[in-house]
Amino acid sequence: MKTYSYYPGCSLEGTAKEYEISLRAVAPLLGFRLEEMHDWSCCGSTPAHATSHRLAVALAARNLNLAAAHDKGPDGLAVPCAACYSRLKIAVADLARDAKLRADTEEAMGEAWRGGAVHIMALPEILARDVGPEAIERATVEPLNGIKVANYYGCLLVRPPEMTGFDDPEDPQTLDEIVRATGAEAVDWSHKVDCCGGSLSLSRTSVVSKLVADIIDAAQIAGADCIVTACPMCHANVDTRQPLAAKILGRRLEMPVLYITQLLGLALGVPARQLGFRSHLTPVTSLLKKLQDRTRGRASGEGGS
Amino acid sequence: MPRIGVFVCWCGSNIAGTVDIARVVEAAKDMPHVVYVEDNKYTCSEPGQASLRASVDEHQLDRVVVAACSPRMHEPTFRKTLETAGLNNYLLEVANLREHCSWVHSDKDDGTEKAIDLVRMAVAKVAYHEPLYSLSFPVTKRAVVIGGGIAGIQAALDIADAGHEVVLVEKTPTLGGRMAQLDKTFPTMDCSACILTPKMVDAAQHPNITLMAYSEVERLDGYVGNFKVTVRQKARSVDITKCTGCGICFEKCPSKVPSEFDLGLAHRKAIYVPFPQAVPNKATIDREHCLYYTRGRCRVCERVCEAGAIVFDQEDELVEIEAGAVVVATGYKQFDHSVYGEYGYGKIPDVITGLEFERLVNASGPTEGKIKRPSDGKIPETVVFIKCVGSRDESKGVGYCSRTCCMYTAKHALQAREKLPGSRVLVYYMDVRTAGKGYEEFYKRTTEEYGATYVRGRVSRVYQKGDKLVVLGADTLLARPTVVEADLVVLAMGMAANEGAGDLARLLGISYDQHNFLTEAHPKLRPVETNTAGIFLAGSCQGPKDIPDTVAQASGSAAKVAALLSRESLQTEAQIAQVNSELCSGCLWCETTCPYKAISAKTITERVHGKEVTRTVAEVNPSLCHGCGACLPACRDGAMNLLGFTHQQILAEVEAVWR
Repeated sequence: MKTYSYYPGCSLEGTAKEYEISLRAVAPLLGFRLEEMHDWSCCGSTPAHATSHRLAVALAARNLNLAAAHDKGPDGLAVPCAACYSRLKIAVADLARDAKLRADTEEAMGEAWRGGAVHIMALPEILARDVGPEAIERATVEPLNGIKVANYYGCLLVRPPEMTGFDDPEDPQTLDEIVRATGAEAVDWSHKVDCCGGSLSLSRTSVVSKLVADIIDAAQIAGADCIVTACPMCHANVDTRQPLAAKILGRRLEMPVLYITQLLGLALGVPARQLGFRSHLTPVTSLLKKLQDRTRGRASGEGGS
Repeated sequence: MPRIGVFVCWCGSNIAGTVDIARVVEAAKDMPHVVYVEDNKYTCSEPGQASLRASVDEHQLDRVVVAACSPRMHEPTFRKTLETAGLNNYLLEVANLREHCSWVHSDKDDGTEKAIDLVRMAVAKVAYHEPLYSLSFPVTKRAVVIGGGIAGIQAALDIADAGHEVVLVEKTPTLGGRMAQLDKTFPTMDCSACILTPKMVDAAQHPNITLMAYSEVERLDGYVGNFKVTVRQKARSVDITKCTGCGICFEKCPSKVPSEFDLGLAHRKAIYVPFPQAVPNKATIDREHCLYYTRGRCRVCERVCEAGAIVFDQEDELVEIEAGAVVVATGYKQFDHSVYGEYGYGKIPDVITGLEFERLVNASGPTEGKIKRPSDGKIPETVVFIKCVGSRDESKGVGYCSRTCCMYTAKHALQAREKLPGSRVLVYYMDVRTAGKGYEEFYKRTTEEYGATYVRGRVSRVYQKGDKLVVLGADTLLARPTVVEADLVVLAMGMAANEGAGDLARLLGISYDQHNFLTEAHPKLRPVETNTAGIFLAGSCQGPKDIPDTVAQASGSAAKVAALLSRESLQTEAQIAQVNSELCSGCLWCETTCPYKAISAKTITERVHGKEVTRTVAEVNPSLCHGCGACLPACRDGAMNLLGFTHQQILAEVEAVWR
């Protein structure tokens, strides 16, 4: 069984609690283990990198040093949050090419930099590469046939490609592969790597509303029943800003936005109430109902024959 | 005792900037056998060479070390200088203080130390140099030109006009190449086919040209003046001596195949002539798609062919051609679009490439010259051109400029405005590069007279929204993002090395760059030669080029070939392998190692302790040996030596550097 060091990041204890809950639920069903790092701290996220490069790198470096010392996760460092993933990857690249920054960072940390060799893996990378579509297909007990999914990667998961590197930066496929393995259809759509507006959600809400409107509009044009993401920031924006986006589009919106692990949970037979859907602002009822109708249809079809 | 002169070159600041020339001169004065040292700003210049000649005379020098640039650059120059000074050419050693020293070091002390070491090695080596002499061998007065596009056609015609035989080898069933697919040519807007097809016919009918279409070069043996080129004449399944090109076979053939010539925008049959003006105008059966070859029945073409030209059991034929020179003119392909997922090519039918646009706008193309959308045949109202797709884009692994796209896009934009009255034509660009005669004027006409709109900025995404293509981009002059709803998007794809260019280069023994473009011997001064004597380059196989440049380079190559073939004989290498038959045990490992088949067995008779003994030893054929040295490490007896690089000379260098 593959065992990863696990760096949840702050979001997964707060706004993205359901990401953590669903991840914990599906990991054993997919045959991998997560060993949470001791004493991890915030990666710095936008508040750090928008104000101090040194702080942004030092916070990431501190956590990577911990990961390097953590001996319970031999198969890599699992990072579910796309923003944490991006910050950690960028810190490694920056420290490798800038000796002065490295010295500064070591001074700030009060210890030598040792995290350069940590194998940082975004969750979709683990699901698509290490677990693999075949294993997901085998583990699927409630195939999601007939469900159309718009996979929303956002900006941070696959870019910049020279630092992330596990997927095509313009037309990524990992989430699509995972989703297809559950029996659902991964629609080809236009906005899979567009920006959701990130942390402008609070400071410049109108920017985010417009971007979210574009994203949901594009997903609807592609015929999607739901949007699937692996980024707490994307989820927060696309899930919570639908009322404002609805005003821009001039129509009612109720587009379920799921974490990839929540969708997997449904396919792997985890009861919906254990997947944290209650903390979504946009209900996922339309999706669950479609799944239910389909199951009932199948059952009655079988009964009739 | 040798009398060695050392000539240290500054190469302006190229060497003198990183190497303390005065210290090198002082150090050289103390080296063994050195009787004279001088330095020059440019030893290769006429005054530099004159000074070298004068010093040889004045100081009775019998060996010379030039400490300057790479021997690949100026060794031939200085050999000639020695000759005019009355010394044998090979009593020279070049110490490379530029490429191997000053250009790769920044610290002047270290650079100087290394320069002194390099000079000391050269001095130690040249002390053991002996005069070497060449032999002469005859030249086969025939050239092979590989590739029948405009470059190959032009080269073949020019060589043939100079009175030499040419075999023109083309991979596809017809001459013409890319140029045959183009509609108009910038900046004069001549019809491409109208200016090309007469040349195709000329090439086919020229008494000095033998055309081998549907053929590929498979092997190259020999050396300059005496190549043996093995060509595979692929089976057309048609007897070309009987086929009249009447066309009844492809009229009746039931199998439709996407046409390569029309880039899949139209169909051809399984038996086909690629386009109406093809040369030779002979049918070819595409066995992959022919019903008879795939399913064993049909043979309709055989029944309808009045000439009885169909030969189903025809086989490939290997033809060996002797030639004195080879011209490589294998062209280019469009850059692989698959790394541009964001533009949706292949997924969105109305996103097309520039070459596809050429077919759409061509009167004999699939739409008879009407610009229609591939998806629904609608006439587009808004057309967006995106430049630099696969050019100047480090993030996609291509740093180079494809040179032609600025002009062909200007041409396309002009044609779109001309053929689609009232249309909106937008061109997204990074720079507009119009360096060619009449090019800038043409671009001005496109914008000012024809009203195409140029937007400076790149496009980030193209996606389908209903009937329209949404083009997201940036106008970097206005510093604002742009959103355009277009009906047709044309990608100005860059030029990439042809499929298999690297394999061909290895087969021919010539070099190629990281993008698989074939490498010229010198980017400025030997632009049509390769580093292998007797093999020349023409056209875009060497790098992106437009038609005028391609034709100029092809004529340049032809001039070089004509000069070579006009000679009765060539000189052999003087620095060749030599066997010491006293040491040779006759194992002949060297024979199997030699890539040029220059070594063979020889029986010698000698007297040992008063008795006559007969034994086998290796022998080197001086006209075949290239002096590559591969036989030396193969020789377990140490009997093999390379003249100019003998064991003794190399060991002297090694000792000198460790001294």
